[in-house]
Amino acid sequence: MYSFRYHRAASIEEAKELHTTSDEGAYLAGGMTLIPTLKQRLADVDDVIDLGGIESLKGVMTSGTSMKVGGMAVHNEVAANATIDALRHLASGIGDPQVRNRGTIGGSIANNDPAADYPAAVLGLNATIHTNGRTIGADDFFTGMFDTALGDSEIVTAVEFPMPSRAAYIKFPNPASRYAVVGVMVSETNGNVRVAVTGAGTCVFRASAMEEALTNEFAAESISGISIDSSSFNSDIHASAEYRAHLVGVMAQRAVSQIS
Amino acid sequence: MATETGIGASVRRTEDARFITGTGRYTDDINVPGQTYCVFVRSTHARAKIKSIDTSDALSTPGVVAAFVGADLAKDEIGDLPCGWLVKSKDGSDMIAPPHPPIATERVNYVGEPYALVIGETVQAAKDGAEAIVAEFEIQTPVMDVASATQSEQIHESVPSNRSYDWELGDKAATDAAFEDAAHVTSLDIVNNRLIPNAIEPRAALGSFDAASETYTLHTTSQNPHLERLVLAAFVNIAPEAKLHVVSPDVGGGFGSKIFVYAEETAVIWASAKVGRPVKWTADRVESFLSDAHGRDHVTHAELALSEEGDFLGLRVKTTANMGAYLSTFASSVPTYLYGTLMAGQYKTPAIYVEVQAVFTNTAPVDAYRGAGRPEATYVVERLVETAARELNTDVAELRRRNFINPEDFPYETPVALTYDTGNYAASLDKALEYANYSGFASRKARSEADGKRRGLGFSCYIEACGLAPSQVALSLGAGVGLFESAEVRVDVTGSVTVMTGAHSHGQGHETTFAQLVSDKLGIPFENVSVVHGDTRRSDYGLGTYGSRSIAVGGSAISKATDKIVTKAKKIAAHMLDSEEDQVSFDDGIFTIPDSNESLTFGEVAFSAYVPGNFPLDELEPGLSEKAFYDPANFTYPAGTHICEVEIDSETGTTSIVSFVAVDDFGNVINPMIVEGQVHGGLAQGIGQALLEHGIYDSDGQLVSGSYMDYTMPRADDLPDFVVDTTSTPCTHNPLGVKGCGEAGAIGATAAVMNAITDALGVKDLPMPATSETVWRAIQGG
Ligand SMILES: Cc1cc2nc3c(=O)[nH]c(=O)nc-3n(C[C@H](O)[C@H](O)[C@H](O)COP(=O)(O)OP(=O)(O)OC[C@H]3O[C@@H](n4cnc5c(N)ncnc54)[C@H](O)[C@@H]3O)c2cc1C
Repeated sequence: MYSFRYHRAASIEEAKELHTTSDEGAYLAGGMTLIPTLKQRLADVDDVIDLGGIESLKGVMTSGTSMKVGGMAVHNEVAANATIDALRHLASGIGDPQVRNRGTIGGSIANNDPAADYPAAVLGLNATIHTNGRTIGADDFFTGMFDTALGDSEIVTAVEFPMPSRAAYIKFPNPASRYAVVGVMVSETNGNVRVAVTGAGTCVFRASAMEEALTNEFAAESISGISIDSSSFNSDIHASAEYRAHLVGVMAQRAVSQIS
Repeated sequence: MATETGIGASVRRTEDARFITGTGRYTDDINVPGQTYCVFVRSTHARAKIKSIDTSDALSTPGVVAAFVGADLAKDEIGDLPCGWLVKSKDGSDMIAPPHPPIATERVNYVGEPYALVIGETVQAAKDGAEAIVAEFEIQTPVMDVASATQSEQIHESVPSNRSYDWELGDKAATDAAFEDAAHVTSLDIVNNRLIPNAIEPRAALGSFDAASETYTLHTTSQNPHLERLVLAAFVNIAPEAKLHVVSPDVGGGFGSKIFVYAEETAVIWASAKVGRPVKWTADRVESFLSDAHGRDHVTHAELALSEEGDFLGLRVKTTANMGAYLSTFASSVPTYLYGTLMAGQYKTPAIYVEVQAVFTNTAPVDAYRGAGRPEATYVVERLVETAARELNTDVAELRRRNFINPEDFPYETPVALTYDTGNYAASLDKALEYANYSGFASRKARSEADGKRRGLGFSCYIEACGLAPSQVALSLGAGVGLFESAEVRVDVTGSVTVMTGAHSHGQGHETTFAQLVSDKLGIPFENVSVVHGDTRRSDYGLGTYGSRSIAVGGSAISKATDKIVTKAKKIAAHMLDSEEDQVSFDDGIFTIPDSNESLTFGEVAFSAYVPGNFPLDELEPGLSEKAFYDPANFTYPAGTHICEVEIDSETGTTSIVSFVAVDDFGNVINPMIVEGQVHGGLAQGIGQALLEHGIYDSDGQLVSGSYMDYTMPRADDLPDFVVDTTSTPCTHNPLGVKGCGEAGAIGATAAVMNAITDALGVKDLPMPATSETVWRAIQGG
């Protein structure tokens, strides 16, 4: 770890001010990604700005047609309080108890790890990302590997999920890290079907062929024959691109079966 | 005495209270005034010549106290790290051990090898300094493949063909003849995957030099502090043993990886005199992955010859063992005397021939890891036997039973240099078959198939040679040290007892087991016995803990010393009771004589030994403290049957272990709960090897599975509820009848799991670990 200044911001405005005026600043949520990165000297920042003291970033709230998760809500809070079953299930399957007690939805999606679970939920449920300056639609948020539409000092304040009529998330966990080798969120909201895939590629993506097939008939069999192009998929010691492509099919069918 | 705390009782581990409440005292918990911090600069190249190392920027970095390179140690005549077991090749020549300077001087040979060290006022300052070191390398193509290592570029000048030795054991002619007569030959090509030990406590060292007494003190995470001291004194030239004090406090796991003498503690203890201040180093997890000695890593071709009726006629094994870049402390013994000698397994195979060549590659050194050679041997034998049964269409259990060495055959001399003292293999098999509900397997399999899943059952009837070791046997085979154990039982004035042992616990619960043993034998409260270990100034020279030796060798030494206490105490009691020594009985802590109501407690006799008013000072020295060194007459031979049942998700290839039965014969057992815990841990590691764990280097020599993001440690939810039970044929040659239990799980489990998976898939072999993708590909037929 290199030395840095630590700040605990009391408000979103103060956090942003600290970040904008720093040469190299980093927001700190649960630190589940940031702290190991700092400890291994893979990052060298001047100012670490802790968002943990900002009340307005916390909590999970449901109001009629949507559910809003504060940017600093930890995974265990979502696992306990989300009113969308698929999201509760997803959050309860992230990492281990320690990670779930520290890691946050804001940190997860701001980081946009290609193997993270939440991006599949955000994209697969067509959530809206609220920041301190604007709202961003799910389809525009995840722009590439570890890359998002967030501006330099922009803070994820909340993620708003429309209530789906049905949704399921199935993940094939990496045996070592328990991140997703492949995770698939399937949902139907107001007649619109979404299938979002995480883990397989460099960034979460929608499987449009599956979405079309399921729109025609919402049944596992309708997607069983769909072949997935794995040419740009990740390949590592845990799973080749070809195996990941196979798993996308299996996980998607299992998700569909669960809710049809 | 069968009490709640005596021999045979499941006493809760007294040490656990401090371990689980964070009040243990590990090496990194120790801080001394004036302490500095050491950071090692490690090679990022797998194979390179060092052209230059410039430490000047490091030295001018704020907070940096000193920076050293390998040449600085060489200037002080610091010796190479030695390998302590001399193995000879077939042609009688000695193995070749390439020079292993603690800090690389001319070349680096694996990623993670240290080539410089920086000492700072803080860890951060030392890290800053380490980043400021400028080194130039001439990068060379690394040798990464074990099977082709002898045909690859030569790594060490002194080692042609990258081969340290080419060893053999057994009768080649007789074995070849057996194969000629065979009705059936089963052959297998198997790879025993590389494992990384992953002790929960990383290695650490704190070296201090006291100029006034010219004494070095090294606190370090060692499984055998006396051996550490011996090597640092006699080979590395730090100081005479008497001026070198090695303390190994609480140690958080080792699995073998903390037996060895490494570069880091060597450099730290040397540097402490150099800078005139204590120097501390604690590995981070990345360093542990890169620089702890790894385990296993064999490529083997093995064949079993059988008669028409299914009798084993001969076994032929040819193995290439990866040593990594250098010979670690005991590396040479692992694929030879701890491997080839186990090839008889539980069977009467009359002719066995084993060839092992040990090769160097540009990877971290490989050495003993839980089981050390014996898991690899069990894997060879038990995979072969199961495969043979399938090929012959006979029952896997019955084929084994047919070939078992029977109880009446003991002592049984194997064709590979061991004499098994006792055993009853069918007893373990029978018990395991019952637990596993063997007869119900067919219907369970049918049910799985109806669900679209595959189910398989696998056996492993393993044997191990433990209780290392009869010194003269080991020495005649090339060991550089005796392998006895020391003990001192010191009775205190008030009758409590302090036990000093040369064995050392790194998680085994010695403070409990040894206290049970002594309190039982002396009839004194368990709470009144303290066990002291891990300190070269407090215990006599001993050999530490590995090879399931602590109870069999260390416990036997304690038992002997305790017997001496009783002998002397009886003399004292005889005097106090006005009787003769041979008239005194000692039972349950009370001394009695025939036809008398008079008796003495152990405490009264102890008191008299130290306050010798009523004491035969003309015949006996005062005091009550005895030592013993115990050298075992033979190895011990724990053995048992493990049965694993798996169910496989056909769509994903994911294997679940649905049941695992382990029935082990450990002879007599002091604390059944601790033994069961040892079995659980061993099983987790054995199953981990089969399903999850893999030390993988890429072709450039980078360790791909170098963190917990990629190295899959077994976790509770990867494992079933184990069914664990024991049978017992007490060891015939040690005073306790014990055999040792630390490695059995890791030795037996791996073959059982892979036999179950290959059974479920109907394939002959599958590489380990059997990851979901590996299994899925096998289901796809390729
Ligand atoms: C052992 C382990 C296992 C894990 N397993 C999984 C898993 O199975 N599935 C999974 O999905 N994830 C997993 N994770 C990731 C984890 O769940 C966290 O979501 C992730 O590490 C981010 O952590 P954090 O929320 O603490 O954010 P931090 O580490 O504090 O921050 C991460 C990044 O996001 C930025 N940031 C944080 N909050 C905000 C915000 N509100 N607005 C803008 N930028 C922000 C930070 O500046 C930083 O760059 C795992 C992590 C670990 C350590």
